[in-house]
Order: sequence, then structure tokens, then C-alpha cells
Amino acid sequence: MTFQQPDLNISPKVSDEIRQTTCYMCACRCGINVHMKDGKVAYIEGNRDHPVNKGVLCAKGSAGIMQVNAPSRLKKPLKRVGPRGSGEYEEISWEEAMSTAVGWLTELHETAPHKLAFFTGRDQSQSFTSFWAQHFGTPNYAAHGGFCSVNMAAAGIYTMGGAFWEFGQPDWDHTKLFMIFGVAEDHDSNPIKAGIGKIKARGAKVIGVNPVRSGYNAVADEWVGITPGTDGLFILSLVHELMKAGKIDLHYLAQYTNAAVLVDAETGLLMRDEDGKQLVIDRTTGKPTPFDQKGVRPDLSATYRQAGVTHRTVMHLMAEKYLDPQYAPENVAEKTGIAAQKIKTIAAELARVAFDEAFELEQEWTDFRGETHKTMTGRPVSFHAMRGISAHSNGFQTCRALHVLQILLGTVEVPGGFRFKPPYPKPVEAHPTPHGYGRPGKPLAGPHLGFPRGPEDLQINEDGSACRIDKAFTWENPMSVHGLMHMVISNAHAQDPYPIDTLFMYMANMSWNSSMNTSGVIKMLTDRNDDGGYRIPRIIYSDAYSSEMVAYADLILPDTTYLERHDCISLLDRPICEADGAADAIRWPVVEPDRDVRGFQSVLIELGARIGLPHFLNEDGTPKWKDYADYIVNHERRPGVGPLAGFRGEDGDQFGRGTVNPEQLDKYIENGGFAIEHVPDAARYMKPWNQDYQDWAVKIGLFDAPQPYLFQLYVEPMRKFQRAAEGHGDIQPPDHMRDRLKEVMDPLPIWYAPLEDSSVDPDEFDVHALTQRPMAMYHSWGTQNAWLRQLHGENPLYLPTKLWEKHGFSEGDWARVTSVHGEITVPVAHQAALNENTVWTWNAIGKRKGAWALSEDAPEANKGFLLNHLIHELLPPKGDGLRWANSDPITGQAAWFDLRVKIAKAEAQSESQPALDPIKSPVPQGPDHLEWKVDK
Amino acid sequence: MPQNSHLRNTVAIPTQYRREKMTDLPTKTDRTLGLVIDLDTCVGCHACVISCKGWNTENYGAPLSDQRPYGTEPMGTFLNRVHSYEVQPEQGNAQTVHFPKSCLHCENAPCVTVCPTGASYKRVEDGIVLVNEDHCIGCGLCAWACPYGARELDQAEGVMKKCTLCVDRIYNENLPEEDQIPSCVRTCPAGARHFGDLSDPNSDVSQLVESRGGFDLMPEMGTLPINKYLPPRLKDSWDDQSLLAPLLEPVAEEPQGFLGWLDKALDKLPGGTA
Amino acid sequence: MHPAPSVIVFSTLSGLGFGLLFWLGIDPTPPTGLTAFVFFAIAYALSVGGLISSTFHLGHPERAWRALSQWRSSWLSREGVSAVLALLFMGLYAISLIFLEMNATALGLIGAALALFTVFTTSMIYAQLDTVPRWKTPLTPALYLSFSLAGGALLSGRVNMAILLLVIAAICQFIWWQRGDAALSDSGTDLGTATGLGERGTVRSMAHPHTAPNYLVKEFIYVIGRKHAQKLRRIAFGLTFVLPIICLLLPFSHVLAILAVLSHVAGVATSRWLFFAEAEHVVGLYYGMR
Ligand SMILES: Nc1nc2c(c(=O)[nH]1)N[C@H]1C(S)=C(S)[C@@H](COP(=O)(O)OP(=O)(O)OC[C@H]3O[C@@H](n4cnc5c(=O)[nH]c(N)nc54)[C@H](O)[C@@H]3O)O[C@H]1N2
Ligand SMILES: Nc1nc2c(c(=O)[nH]1)N[C@H]1C(S)=C(S)[C@@H](COP(=O)(O)OP(=O)(O)OC[C@H]3O[C@@H](n4cnc5c(=O)[nH]c(N)nc54)[C@H](O)[C@@H]3O)O[C@H]1N2
Ligand code: SF4
Ligand code: SF4
Ligand code: SF4
Ligand code: SF4
Ligand code: SF4
Ligand SMILES: [Mo]
Repeated sequence: MTFQQPDLNISPKVSDEIRQTTCYMCACRCGINVHMKDGKVAYIEGNRDHPVNKGVLCAKGSAGIMQVNAPSRLKKPLKRVGPRGSGEYEEISWEEAMSTAVGWLTELHETAPHKLAFFTGRDQSQSFTSFWAQHFGTPNYAAHGGFCSVNMAAAGIYTMGGAFWEFGQPDWDHTKLFMIFGVAEDHDSNPIKAGIGKIKARGAKVIGVNPVRSGYNAVADEWVGITPGTDGLFILSLVHELMKAGKIDLHYLAQYTNAAVLVDAETGLLMRDEDGKQLVIDRTTGKPTPFDQKGVRPDLSATYRQAGVTHRTVMHLMAEKYLDPQYAPENVAEKTGIAAQKIKTIAAELARVAFDEAFELEQEWTDFRGETHKTMTGRPVSFHAMRGISAHSNGFQTCRALHVLQILLGTVEVPGGFRFKPPYPKPVEAHPTPHGYGRPGKPLAGPHLGFPRGPEDLQINEDGSACRIDKAFTWENPMSVHGLMHMVISNAHAQDPYPIDTLFMYMANMSWNSSMNTSGVIKMLTDRNDDGGYRIPRIIYSDAYSSEMVAYADLILPDTTYLERHDCISLLDRPICEADGAADAIRWPVVEPDRDVRGFQSVLIELGARIGLPHFLNEDGTPKWKDYADYIVNHERRPGVGPLAGFRGEDGDQFGRGTVNPEQLDKYIENGGFAIEHVPDAARYMKPWNQDYQDWAVKIGLFDAPQPYLFQLYVEPMRKFQRAAEGHGDIQPPDHMRDRLKEVMDPLPIWYAPLEDSSVDPDEFDVHALTQRPMAMYHSWGTQNAWLRQLHGENPLYLPTKLWEKHGFSEGDWARVTSVHGEITVPVAHQAALNENTVWTWNAIGKRKGAWALSEDAPEANKGFLLNHLIHELLPPKGDGLRWANSDPITGQAAWFDLRVKIAKAEAQSESQPALDPIKSPVPQGPDHLEWKVDK
Repeated sequence: MPQNSHLRNTVAIPTQYRREKMTDLPTKTDRTLGLVIDLDTCVGCHACVISCKGWNTENYGAPLSDQRPYGTEPMGTFLNRVHSYEVQPEQGNAQTVHFPKSCLHCENAPCVTVCPTGASYKRVEDGIVLVNEDHCIGCGLCAWACPYGARELDQAEGVMKKCTLCVDRIYNENLPEEDQIPSCVRTCPAGARHFGDLSDPNSDVSQLVESRGGFDLMPEMGTLPINKYLPPRLKDSWDDQSLLAPLLEPVAEEPQGFLGWLDKALDKLPGGTA
Repeated sequence: MHPAPSVIVFSTLSGLGFGLLFWLGIDPTPPTGLTAFVFFAIAYALSVGGLISSTFHLGHPERAWRALSQWRSSWLSREGVSAVLALLFMGLYAISLIFLEMNATALGLIGAALALFTVFTTSMIYAQLDTVPRWKTPLTPALYLSFSLAGGALLSGRVNMAILLLVIAAICQFIWWQRGDAALSDSGTDLGTATGLGERGTVRSMAHPHTAPNYLVKEFIYVIGRKHAQKLRRIAFGLTFVLPIICLLLPFSHVLAILAVLSHVAGVATSRWLFFAEAEHVVGLYYGMR
């Protein structure tokens, strides 16, 4: 009776066909192979040829199949029939939906375009949505960056012409020491994981700076469990140590940064020649010389006497500032929670690896001054950071400090260091300034969002009032380059600076996880005037799923899912480039929707044409574009430059510049959904100063002329705002803002305590409360996914050992968590590897009962909770009669992570508190079991 | 060092471990295919979990079902799950370790010998432990016998499910050669999962186990797992005062001194005025 | 372990049934005719009923016959084969007693041996599992066999034998519990060996792989409070042993006899519930349980 192994088919057919497109289970935009069987999606895997993910896929990516079949998908346009927030809707036809929207919007376009506030969430078509809004003529447009990570973006661009985020990457092939600050997941999800895997395989070292040791910080070799909000201080202490020891890259600083630029001792502005070029003292001649002259040797230690005044270089100012004992490790240890000795060790290691392990890459290159170098000097230290440092009210300056640190070490754009991805690097000068004066029936003169160079670029009226509903580009947040989506609803509700008529939103769950003060926002959305009308009269919303926000709109435009539509991940927007190549990608309908839904961008195109926006019509009045696919192919932003860079020109063989190619989308599909153009070898590093790179960038249409520049350790636009606060110039801040502006607009990085610390009592609210993104869940929408919600269907509040023991918690206990603003009661769990004064939970797991086609007893809607109830968009009153925003005073970035709370043990609850009433679901609940197999 | 760090390159099962009446385990397999999981690199992203779910729902045997997928206590069958542990050393910070776990394809697999129907078996050609779903009665005993929690009884189909080592991928000629690896290995963003023949001392996986001190889970169970785990590397060495790197020597304490130093240092740079 | 009712019913009833069959099989003067019919009917109802109940927890009961195939390696398979054979031999034996009024002693002895062996195989299903240290002991077969023999004696009206065996079973049970409470910690298996991280420090589960429950958690992790368990143990002990022995020691009456049997059955069921509910499967370690 010997056992017979069964005959197995070990080579079964995998699928009928593979369709290659771009993932949208998050904003990382990996390439996917969608295996089709019988015309249905059978299995999703990564595309090996794709520049972003090179074949790998995260949990969400593989779970896409459960997103495309999710019962929460909206089916048809909806018209609200019950009161707002009830979730009572009637399905209507697209024609009715469109004519309703056209009716509301046409009137506004012709009479008062600013009464439309059009805000989009984390979509990837901002170059198109902003184009639409610009032509509509409303100043009130932005995407979600203001509450996301504008500090990171703005600080990077103002300092070095590019940011971390997904816009750059460490040189994973060469780096030997990688230091990561405040990242749980980030947008570059798979590339960061792949990079960490790569450097770990080489045995390179990772330092994780994060109050919480999970994810990337769990694999970090050294963990720095910093006290939230103090990274700036820690970084400046590293700067202090490095400067004190002379461990800074003098050659790099002199040649490629404004460290040697002279600062006018009287104004604090940079000294310039008649052409506006920044001046340095040339070591060879001893004379002030424009920085970009051939053969110039900028002198870091120069002084320049003119008319009895001695002007000094930026380096002088930095020495003065950062050698100050306030930054000595011993003096920052207590605040940061990091031992002085450890700070010193880290500084020493950074210096050792940057300088003692420096190497030369055999690659000849020519700099912008015309000088040819035989090699490129590598400094194998790299950094990355994200919202852990940026989502604080001191985040802009902290991000700046980190950039200054990497620049002092000479590790930006060098082999082994941090590298930009095209279209970056790009100096501030190459970005637009903001535009915000709307005129009825006319487009805005330029894009809404831009980089202010000084007070003249603020968007304020003569009387000092804000032009924009979100009060972006005002004295409260002069450099709010992404707008302030988190202020739109509260300002519109307060009718401050003015009332609006229609709030038009797309892909943002504003009545739930993307708002601070969730319960407050719900009230604002449902609040009525004395006449019974809603305080925010009309709300149009586009979502693909039955989210919490759906219940609060008057008109719902149901979107397709990511496998059912055309999309364009454009170089004009947030492309999929890597440091070695410019790349963009598309999505295309790999399956047809089985519902009466339409891609939102196509809907916008039709709206534009029907409202009669000039740019959306041909001369004969017919619509210019049939749909978004048509726009993607045929629209040209500048002659020869359109949404997609690949396969341009008649023969489809041009990249970047070229005439419209009607076959472009087919070419993309054939090529796996993306196009890539590699950076020439000599242009791979030193990009801001590299002639080959500059020429290449011009060739592919990233810019129209080379624009080499210096890294701005000293940010002059900030000094301009600071000067205004000191009383200089015509455009003046209100008096109550002067002191704050003088302090925070320091052109050299500083650290100040998070603003919440000064408006709540840190002794009473002695605990920092944070959220982290789970790697396997995307904000609120992962929850509708049958597979992902099994991973993260509840979220405990993690407590460090000190608090765990102090309050005598044990497993299964609950805690009452109180901030100055609100209170929640939630389940707790213990984590030892956690900063001893910090608690945290996973972001956006808690759900409203009735949303997402889940049953009302779903764990997300019962035990799951949001921390957002504890956070307010405004700081508590300080007695000065003003409510200051809970935002970074420079960029307006929402300060999510400034939150302070106190904790007490609570009775075990049956549900997390506050428990809001259920909303009615516009879609039926999902099935009670799944056996998802195509041929089953 | 973990106790089981030596590399076992013989496929025959040592007699002291051989189960008494082990007639249904091959005494020798031609190869021993398995996974090597790097705990130093795993970031706990669950990508392998869902990729496995996706592949195995659509492929080998019955789909991995989900009960109450949109309700309370959603509960589905998974062949691979990622735990999170904290290790508190005697001194210093606790460490977080993300810990993926699937079938270890044990050489001395108790799950096979307990199976009354012969549905559970270990393949002679490569050592993969599989369930023949057509013969499985769903008694659950194999899951009881597995110390690692690697088997789950599918609630819809009533048969035992377990990691197949993607037997329908690794030899699948309908897949490009580079894709003839398990789904979880192909997808792992961090590259923390490795697949190969652990009976071949020269294979990449054997080399990794050798050089990184790969170890067995619950060696005391005598199951002789094929899958190996690579331990996390030494952590937080900078907190250990005795191992401190040399600290930086100041060149100047004061801005004035610094500027003096700067002048001198600049002269030494190529192109300096000296 | 999850105390699945079907498995508890099975092991309680079939233990008694096969125990009774054993005594019937070795009885030098077995009952015949109607009396035999009643005894065998009870024994078959218990053992077959138990076996049928055990198929309730199968995913595919219709394929149960396949379980007879792996007797060379699998105790579960052996149990099946042995049970079938025992029932077969005892069936023939019973037929001869009931209808032919003939004592086929050889059949009876073989059947009795098989019945006892069946109980032994059942116990070995548990006793073989390294994964459940509480079960992994020769005491487990001793426990099952002594219970089965005592129950069988009780059912077959062998008063002295029953008292003696109940005392022996009680001792087995007591030692089994004592040993069991330390079994997991004595086994040397803990989260440290389970993860291989034990030499680096104390390992603690921080988060489960899924916040949702799963088969493993439901099947292998059953947590029962210590106090609660102690109380149930006392109840089980009283019902299985103490009360029946008292009944047996008192002058005979049918009421007392029935009471003794019912009490014993309820006690065994409780003890079996505890057998599962208290058993710690090492998988629980991965989930930070115990
Ligand atoms: N406490 C706390 N709160 C936070 C944060 C935090 O760290 N802590 N982070 C903040 C940050 S950075 C962000 S970016 C926000 C994110 O918050 P949101 O931008 O609100 O993110 P989502 O929850 O993803 O909601 C987006 C909406 O888009 C819908 N959607 C998904 N796919 C599609 C589609 O294809 N088409 C359309 N039309 N709609 C779609 C979803 O159904 C959902 O309703 O949260 C913020 N909130
Ligand atoms: N899987 C997944 N991926 C996502 C998203 C998602 O929802 N899910 N969302 C996307 C979006 S919109 C965004 S904005 C990005 C954000 O990507 P991340 O920036 O990685 O987002 P967070 O989860 O907010 O992580 C913030 C981290 O900073 C830490 N932290 C908080 N305060 C401090 C501090 O003061 N100092 C330091 N050093 N650390 C601190 C927190 O512990 C946490 O680990 O992720 C994107 N990617
Ligand atoms: S990181 Fe994951 S979810 Fe995001 S695009 Fe890539 S595969 Fe999709
Ligand atoms: S995919 Fe890789 S990194 Fe992610 S959990 Fe699995 S093994 Fe760990
Ligand atoms: S891990 Fe478990 S299921 Fe896999 S072979 Fe070993 S004992 Fe069997
Ligand atoms: S559940 Fe299936 S595979 Fe497992 S022991 Fe029973 S019959 Fe064998
Ligand atoms: S080898 Fe295949 S079946 Fe096994 S865990 Fe990996 S993906 Fe799942
Ligand atoms: Mo974000």
C-alpha cells in the first residue's frame, strides 16, 4: 500500500491576456500586470519593466481586485432628497446630473466665479483640474497638499529646488548610511522599501528617527525615538557639531550653494549685480563677482566693505547662528529626548561616512561655469523624511534644517547622496507665482498656486482681506504654495473672507478622515442660515465609492475605478520619474464599468464645454475634446509639450517635445502603460549645475532654457517677508502678526516649539498623540476592500511602557484621551519601542456606520476610531481675541502632529467614543461570503 | 547565535527525529525547495500576504474564501500571515520585528503523518508539502499537528489550505522564467523573501543561510523546517557606550574661531589661494 | 483548543460505548437474548453515535471512508479502522448472542481487544501531538483507557470493578491535571523558540497579523479563566467519580444506578470539555496567548 502522489498540473494556464496599466490603490503609481480571464480581472501582479516598482507590489496593489469588485462602488449619479448628512438619495440620469451642475456653474462663471470653490483631493490630474479652474476663473482652487505635506515640498524647493516626497530618492546603489526621519510609508512606498532592501543586502546602515519603532524604523539599525516636534532642534544640533568640527564640504558649499553669497548687512537681502545675479567674492580676484562666472572661486569666508558697511557671506551668518551653545547636544538632549552622547555619535558617523568613505565616480562632467571635472565626488550619506517632520507647525523650518544639513555634508545630487527625479531640480525662479484675481467670464491670468518671492506675491486685497477662500498666500501663511484645503469648509461656513455658493470637491473625504475636527466639519456642512438654506448652499462631489463624504453633497458624480478609466500621470504634474530617467504613465480602461459611472476628468471636460469655458471649445463652438483620453493626446501646454511626454511626433519616436501623435495612447499601452527617457550618463548627478543635464532637460521640454542655480541655504524670499514685518516696504502685515513673522520667517533654519505647546498647558496635556499610515491600508478607502480590512479592521491606541504602567493598563483596557479640543474613548495596546511621552494609532481606520457598504456592526465602525476628533483647525483662544490657525505659520501646513493630549483609564466600552449616528447607505451592503475566482 | 544556525545540506531525515511509523513521508526528496525570510529587512508591509491570497484564490484548488467580508468579524483563509513582535533585550531599547509565517515545508512534517486520508503529502521531487483537496475530509488534524499555524481549514470549501510554495508557478511554463518563483517572493518590495533549493549548499538561499546564521523555528519540535529565518542584525550599537565611534574633534568652539579655521581650510582646497 | 461540541460528544460517548463493548466482549457469561440486545444497543448507540457525531466537524463527511486508508502512519486512520473492525467483530458476537444465544468467545475477545484498541487510538490522536504539551504524555492513553473501562464497567453493572476502576481513573485524571498545568512551560517551547528570537531578549506579541479573527485563533486559542477552570474541574471530578462511587457504595437501587451513570456521563463530558478548553496549542504562542 505505497502512497501514490497525485498527478498535479504544475503548469496551468495563468490567464488569457495581460493588460498593463498603473496601480491606483495609492499615489505611488506602480506598474501592474492585470491578468484577465474570461474578460474579468483574475490576478494583479507588478510590472517588472516599470520604473517605479520594477515588478514588486504592495498589499494594496495586489488587493486591487477587491477594489474593482467592491460593493461600495457608486452606481449612478445621485441627487440628495433627504437633509444633508442623512444619506438619502435618489438615483438620477447623467443628463439630469450634468444639466444641474451646468446650471449652477454657468451662472457663477458669468457673474461671480470666486463663489465656486473647487478643491480636489489626492488625485493625479492636478495639471488638468487646475487648468479647468483657471479657465473657470475662480481663485478658489487647490488640491490637498496644504493638509498633507506642503512643508516638505515648499522647504525643499525654496532651499534646493526639489523635495523628498516622491520627487527624489537616495542613491540606493551607493549610499552607505541612510537616515530617515518621520516616515511611516510615504508616497514612494515600494521604491523606499526596495531601496532599504537593497542597501541592507549590502550591509549598509539605516538610522530611523521616529518616536515609533515600526515599519522602516523596525528595520533601522539605530533607532532615535525622538520627542515629536523637536527634530529641528536635533538636526541643528548635528549641524552645530559638524560645523564645530569643520566636517562640512567646503568645496561643495562654495561652488554650488549660496554659502559664499554676500548678504547686505543693512537689508539682509542677498547682494546682486545689475542683472540680479547673486554676488560672491572671488578668491582669485578678491572682487565681488556674479556667482556663475567661469573660473570663479567663491570665497566662503569673505567680507566686503562698501560705503563703510561690512557685508558678510551666508557662511558667516550660519557660523554665528549654529555655533551658538543653544544647539550643543547637551542643551538639546532634554527637549529632544535624545542623549547628548548619541547626538555626538550620529554627527561623528555622518561625518565619517561622508568624508572618510568618500569616493570618486569615474564620470567626466562639465559644470555650469564651463569647467570640466574628471570625476564626480561621492559622499555615501543620504537622507529621507516626510510628514513626521513636516506635519508640525515648525515643519517648514525643520525640513529646511534637514536640507541644510545634507547640503553642509555635500550629499545632495552627488553619488551616494540624495538625488532628484526629473522634472526636478528646478529653482524657485522656474516656478510660477500665485494668481488669484478672478473676473467674471474670464480665466485667471495664471495658475493659482505658485511660489511667492516676497510680499508682492501675496493674494490679498487692498484692504488686507484674503483673495482666496482658504486664505492661502496671506500674512497668516505667506508661502502656502499648495493652498489650504483644510480651511475651506470652515472659512466657507464662517463666510470669511466671503460667502461662497458652490463647493465642488473631488476625491477627498472631508467629512471624515481628511478634516481636522471631524464632528465640527460635519456641523458646518449641515448648518443652515436663518432662512433655512444651507450655510454652504451647494455641494457637488465626485467619489467612486460610498464614502462618509457622499452623505454631505447635494449632487454626486460617481467616478469609475482605476481599472475602468483613462488617466495620465504627467510630467506637468506628479510623474513617475526616477533619478535616472524622466517617465510618465497612463491608466486605461482594462475593464469596462458595469455601472452607469463616468471618469471624473471626462465629466469636467464636458462641464467645461457646456459651461462655455473658452479653452474647452473650438472656434466653431463645438467641444474641443471628446473626453479625457482625447485631451491627454491632443492638449498642448506649450507648443510640442503636452500631458504625455512619450511617443510624441508623427512617428511617435520623440520624447518630451513633439507634435501630437494620435496613436500615443496605443503606444503607451503597447509599452506597458508608461514611457521613459533615460538621463545621459554625464548628466546623472550634480544636475542643478551640470551642463549636460541642463541641456537634456531643455531638449525634453522640462524647461525652455538652461537654468543652473545655487542651493539656497539662506532663503531670500523669507527675508523679504521678515523685512516687511520689520516695517519695510509697501505691503505690510497687520500689527498683531509682526512679531510672529519676524521670528518664523528667518531666512536661515531655526527651531521653535510647536505652536500648540504655547496655547495649551504642556504639563496638563503631557502626551504627544500621533497617527501613522498602515502600509496595507490607504486612508479611508482601503476599508471597503475585503482582503485589506481583515488586516486593519480596528486600531488600538498604542501606549509606551511608562504610560502603560503609570495608569495600570492591561490588555483589553480602554482609555479616555482628551485634548483641549475634544475627547475620545478608545481601546489601548502596549508598545515598548515607543517614545515614552507619545501615543499613536493607525490613521483613518475608524469609519462612520453606514459608509463603505459595510454592516453597521463592522469593527471599523465600532472599535475603530479617528484621532481627528481631538484636532482642531484652529488653536484654542489665547486671550488676544484671535483664533490662530493650527498650521505652520509659513506654509499653512496642517499641524496634525502637534497634538497634545492627556490620558486616563476608562471603563471598557462597547464602542469607541464619540459614536456618531449611522448614515444611510446609497448602495446595498456587500455579500456575506466571497469565493472570488473567475471560473467559479 | 541561534542554535540551529548550521546549514543542513543532507536531505535525508536524521533517524533520531524520524517519526515512529512514518511510512508516508518520503525518506528522501530529490531537492528541498523552500523560503528564506530575512527578519532584518522585513518591514511588515503584508504585501506577501495579499499577493499570496490573490494568486491562491485564483489558482491551486479551491479559492481562499472570506466569511463576512463586509461585516463584523470578517474572516478569510490566508496561507501567509505577518506577525509583529517586540523583543526587549536585557539592556536598551525594545526592538520591533515583523515576522512573516507560512508553511515551512518541514522535512519531518507531522501534518503529513497524522493525515488519515493521505490528502496531505510531501512531494518526493522537491519536498513541497501539499494537500490533495479532492481527498481531504477536512478533519483538521493536520492543522492540530502543525506547530506553526501554517494550515487553515477553508470555511466555505471544507478542505485544508496551506502554502503550496506556489507549485503551480515555480514550474509553470506559461510564466516567463524569471516569474517561476512564488508569488510572495516576486512581490516582496523589500526583497526580504528568498526562494531556492536548500539541499544545494551552493544555492543562493543556502549561502544566505550560511552567511547570515539562518535558523529554524521551534527546533525542539523536531519538524526540521526547510524554510529558514535570517536574524535581525545587531541593533542600537550606538547606545552601547563601549562600542562608541570616535567623536568629532572641534576645530573651533566660537564663530570667530570657526571663521579662522575656514580661511585656513579654504586655502587647502584645490583652487585655494595658497 | 476550541472545545468543539461534536468532538466532546464523540469522545465521551464512544469512550463509554467501546468500554461497554469491552466488558461485554470479555464476559465469560455474557447476557443473551433480549438482555444482550439492550446492552449491545446501548453500546452501539454510544459508540456509533459518537462516531457519527465526530463526522459533524468534518468538512467533507461524504469522503470519510478515505480516512481508513492511512492506518500505517495516522492514528486517526487507525482509529477508524479499529472502530470499524471492533464494531464488526462485536456485531457478529452480538448477533450470535442475541439471535443464536451462542457465546462465540473468540469473537468477543477479539472484539473486546479491538474496542479497547479503538479507545487507545483515540487517545493517541491527542497524545501524539507535540503541539499540545498538555496532551503529549502516556498519561493521556491511561486517562482515556481508564475512563473507558470504568464507564464500561459502570454501564455493564459491574459494581466492584466500577468502583475500583473509577478510583484508578480518578487518580489518572488527578495526575493528568497536575502534569498538564506545567506541561507547556516544561516543554521548553515558548515565544522565544517559536520566533527564534528568544536569545535576544524577551519576546512579546505586539500585534496579530490580522485584526480580524481567523481559523487558527478560533480553533487553537481558547482562553478559559483559571478560577473558572478550577471550578469546572471540581464539578467534573465530583460528577465523574465521587457521586457515582457514593451511589455504588449505597445499597443498590435502580434510581441510584441511573443517577451514577448519568452523573458519570455528565462528568466525563465536563472533563472532556476541559480536556480541550484547557489545552494550549503552541500556535497560541505566536498570537501572544499564554
Ligand atoms: N489624524 C490624521 N488625519 C489625517 C492625516 C494624518 O496623518 N492624521 N493625514 C492627512 C493627509 S496627509 C491626507 S492626504 C488626507 C487624506 O484624506 P482624503 O484625501 O480624504 O483621503 P481618502 O480617505 O483616501 O479619501 C479620498 C476619497 O476619495 C475617494 N476615491 C477613491 N478613489 C477614487 C476615485 O477613483 N475617484 C474618485 N472620484 N474618488 C475616489 C474615496 O472614496 C474617498 O472618499 O488625510 C489627512 N488626515
Ligand atoms: N499605505 C499607505 N501609503 C500612503 C498613504 C496611506 O494612507 N497608506 N498615504 C499617502 C499620503 S496622502 C501621504 S501624505 C504619505 C505620508 O507618508 P508618511 O509621512 O510616511 O505618513 P505618516 O503615516 O503620517 O507618517 C508620519 C511618521 O512620522 C512619525 N512622526 C510623527 N511626528 C514626528 C516627529 O515629530 N518627528 C519624527 N521624526 N517623526 C514623527 C510618525 O510616527 C510616523 O511614523 O503617505 C502616502 N502613502
Ligand atoms: S505602492 Fe502599492 S498601492 Fe501604491 S501604487 Fe504601488 S502597488 Fe499600488
Ligand atoms: S512582503 Fe516582504 S517586507 Fe512585506 S511583510 Fe512580506 S516579507 Fe515582509
Ligand atoms: S509547517 Fe506545518 S504544515 Fe508546513 S510542513 Fe511543517 S508541520 Fe506541516
Ligand atoms: S484536514 Fe484534510 S489534509 Fe488535514 S488531516 Fe484531515 S484529511 Fe488530511
Ligand atoms: S509560496 Fe506561494 S503559497 Fe506559499 S506563502 Fe508564498 S505565495 Fe503563498
Ligand atoms: Mo497626504
